[in-house]
Amino acid sequence: MIPLTAYIQGIGVLGPGFADWPSTAAILSGAAPYLAAATVLPAPLSLPPPERRRTGPVVKLALAIGFEATTRAGAERHTLASVFSSSGGDGYNCHEICQVLASSDRQLSPTRFHNSVHNVAAGYWSIAVGATARANVLCAYDASFGAGLLEALTQVAVERTPVLLLAYDTQYPEPLNGKRPIPDAFGAAFVLAPDARAPALAKLTAMLTDSGAECMSEPLLEQMRTSIPAARSLPMLSRLARRDSGRVVLDYLRHARLAVEVEPCS
Amino acid sequence: MTPLRLTSFTATSAVGRGLGETLDALVAQRSGLAPCAFETVEIETHVGEVRGVDATALPEDLRSFNCRNNRLAQLALLQDGFIDAVAASAERWGPKRIGVFLGTSTSGILETELAYRARDPASGALPREFNYAATHNSFSVADFILSALHLEGPGAVMCTACSSSAKVFASAQRMISAGMIDAAVVGGVDSLCLTTLYGFHSLQLTSRVPCRPFDVARDGISIGEAAAFVLLERPPAQVDGDAIMLLGTGESSDAYHMSSPHPEGRGARASIQQALLAAELVPGDIDYINLHGTATVSNDSAEDLAVTSVFGTRAACSSTKGATGHALGAAGALEAVICALAIQKGLMPGGLRTTDVDPKLKLHYLRENERTDVRRVLSNSFGFGGANCSLIFGRAG
Repeated sequence: MIPLTAYIQGIGVLGPGFADWPSTAAILSGAAPYLAAATVLPAPLSLPPPERRRTGPVVKLALAIGFEATTRAGAERHTLASVFSSSGGDGYNCHEICQVLASSDRQLSPTRFHNSVHNVAAGYWSIAVGATARANVLCAYDASFGAGLLEALTQVAVERTPVLLLAYDTQYPEPLNGKRPIPDAFGAAFVLAPDARAPALAKLTAMLTDSGAECMSEPLLEQMRTSIPAARSLPMLSRLARRDSGRVVLDYLRHARLAVEVEPCS
Repeated sequence: MTPLRLTSFTATSAVGRGLGETLDALVAQRSGLAPCAFETVEIETHVGEVRGVDATALPEDLRSFNCRNNRLAQLALLQDGFIDAVAASAERWGPKRIGVFLGTSTSGILETELAYRARDPASGALPREFNYAATHNSFSVADFILSALHLEGPGAVMCTACSSSAKVFASAQRMISAGMIDAAVVGGVDSLCLTTLYGFHSLQLTSRVPCRPFDVARDGISIGEAAAFVLLERPPAQVDGDAIMLLGTGESSDAYHMSSPHPEGRGARASIQQALLAAELVPGDIDYINLHGTATVSNDSAEDLAVTSVFGTRAACSSTKGATGHALGAAGALEAVICALAIQKGLMPGGLRTTDVDPKLKLHYLRENERTDVRRVLSNSFGFGGANCSLIFGRAG
C-alpha cells in the first residue's frame, strides 16, 4: 500500500469572517478573535470580461481560493492538475432554471444552462489560468470535503504530481434553502505536492478510520463546520494554523471518517 | 499502469436492459431513439428513453431515494447478476475494501423540477415530501448504490458533465493502485429531465431528427438516458485469457470554452495520448475506437482532428449514440460496456443513422457492423467545461 502522503505548499481560505489564510490562521490559532461576518466574494478579475459577467458566486469563490493557494505556493497554475469538490453547484442558477421550467414559458438562457453543470468552477478555472491537466469534480453531499481530499491525496501519491484541491460550497436561495440550508459561502484550497523539495507548510498522511470526527471548540465555528460541507476542513485548518503535529479526524461518510496525520515542516 | 479486471458489467439504455438486449440491438443495428414524449416536454426532438423506469420499485428500506435517476439505477443493477458479482467480491475483499465511484450530470433534479410546480402558493415552500439529499443532490446515486450493495468503502460522484462516468474509471484505478481499496463499483446513471432537454435546446444543440454522428448533415444530439455499472477489481496473478481488462486511462482539460470543444481537439488529443501511454500501447495496437461522436457540428469535427492526429485515417471508429442517444453523465460507462461487448463478441458496431459521412471528416467511420477479432479498444468521452477522458480496454490474453 502506498501511504496517502502529500506536502501542503499553499492554502487559500474564504468564508464567513474569514478573509484569507493568514487572517484565518490567526483566528484558528487563537491569536485573534473570531468575528462573524458575511462572506465577501471578490470579482473574478482573472477571467476575460465576457466570462466574468456570466459567473455566479460558486465560480467567484472557487477562483478566489484557488488563486490564493497557488499564489502562496508560488505554483505554476497552468501546470497543476485539480480536484474540485462541492456539495452543490451554483444554487442561484439552479433556482432560476427550476423557476423557468415550472413556468408557462420554458425558454432557458443558454448561459444559465452551461452554468448549471457541477463542473462550472473547474471549467472557468481552467480557462482563467490555462490549465490543461486533469480536472476532477466531485460531489459527496456532506462528505464532499473528505471525498475531495481523498481523491487529491490519491492523485498525488499515485501520479507523483502536484494537485490543487478546492473544496467550496455556496448557499441556495429559497425555497431550496429550506431543504438544504447552507448559511453562507465557505471554501478552502490546498496546493498538495508529492515531495518536500519546495518549501512546504506541513506534511499530511491520510487513512480511513471508524473514529468520530473532531469538533471545533468555538460554538460559532462548530456551527460552521456542521452546516457547510467544505467547512468540515476546519479541524485540519486549525491544526495547520497552530502548527501542531498529530492526528486529526475529519468527517466523511456515514460509515467512515478520514484520519489525517499532520506534521508541520519547519 | 497495472491493468484491472472488469469482473462484471451491465448496461441499461434505450436499446435494452442488460447485456443480452444491448448486444441484440447492436447486432440488429436497432436504434432506441424515438420522438420525445417525455413528461410535459414540448420540444421537437428524439430521445433515447428507457422503458419501465417508472415501474421499477426501490428496495423497501431505500424508498427515500425514490426518483427517476435512482429507479433507473435500480433497474440496471438487477441485470446480468451484477448484485451477486459484487456480493462475491465483498466476500473476497470485505465491504470496506470496495469503493463506489459513479458519474451523473443531473442526478435526480427532475424531482426538484416537479417540486417547483407544487410550491405552496402562500409561502413558496417546496412540498414536504420532497427530499433534496436523496434525490436532487449529485451524491444521491452513489449513496443509494453504497446502501443497495451493502458496501462500506470510499464513495463519491464525479460531475464533469459528459465525461463523468469515464473519469470514475481513472479515479478507481488510482485508489486501487494506491492500495486504498481492492475493487470498485464504477459507472454512470443519468436520466431524462427538463433541465437537459430545454438546456441543450436553448444552445440549439438538439437535433429534430435522430442524431447522425459524423454525417455531413448532422445538426445536433439526441438526448438519452442510461445506467451502466462495472465491477473493477485488482486481478489475481493468473487471469483468464477472455477477461476484459482496463488497460489505460487519460484525462485532460481543454481550458478553452464552457460549452464548445477546442476547435482542433487539443484536449481530446492529450487524453487519447495519455491513455495510450498509460496502457503502454501504440496507436496501431487499437482495433476499434468508440467515439464520443455526439453529432454536433463542432464536437465531431474537433474529435475527428484529435483522433486522426494520433491514429491517422485508418483506425476503425464509430459512435453508438445513434443507437442509444447521448446518455450525458452515463455515456462514458455505457460506452465502456459497449466496448467490453465489442471485445467479447468480436463486434465493431456500425454507427446508426449516418448516411453520408462528412467528407471533411477524415477518420474511418464504420456505418455497418464488422465481425472481426477485437483485442483492444479506445473509448472517448468529452464534457462541457472542456473535461476530457479516454479509456482503453482489452482482452487479458
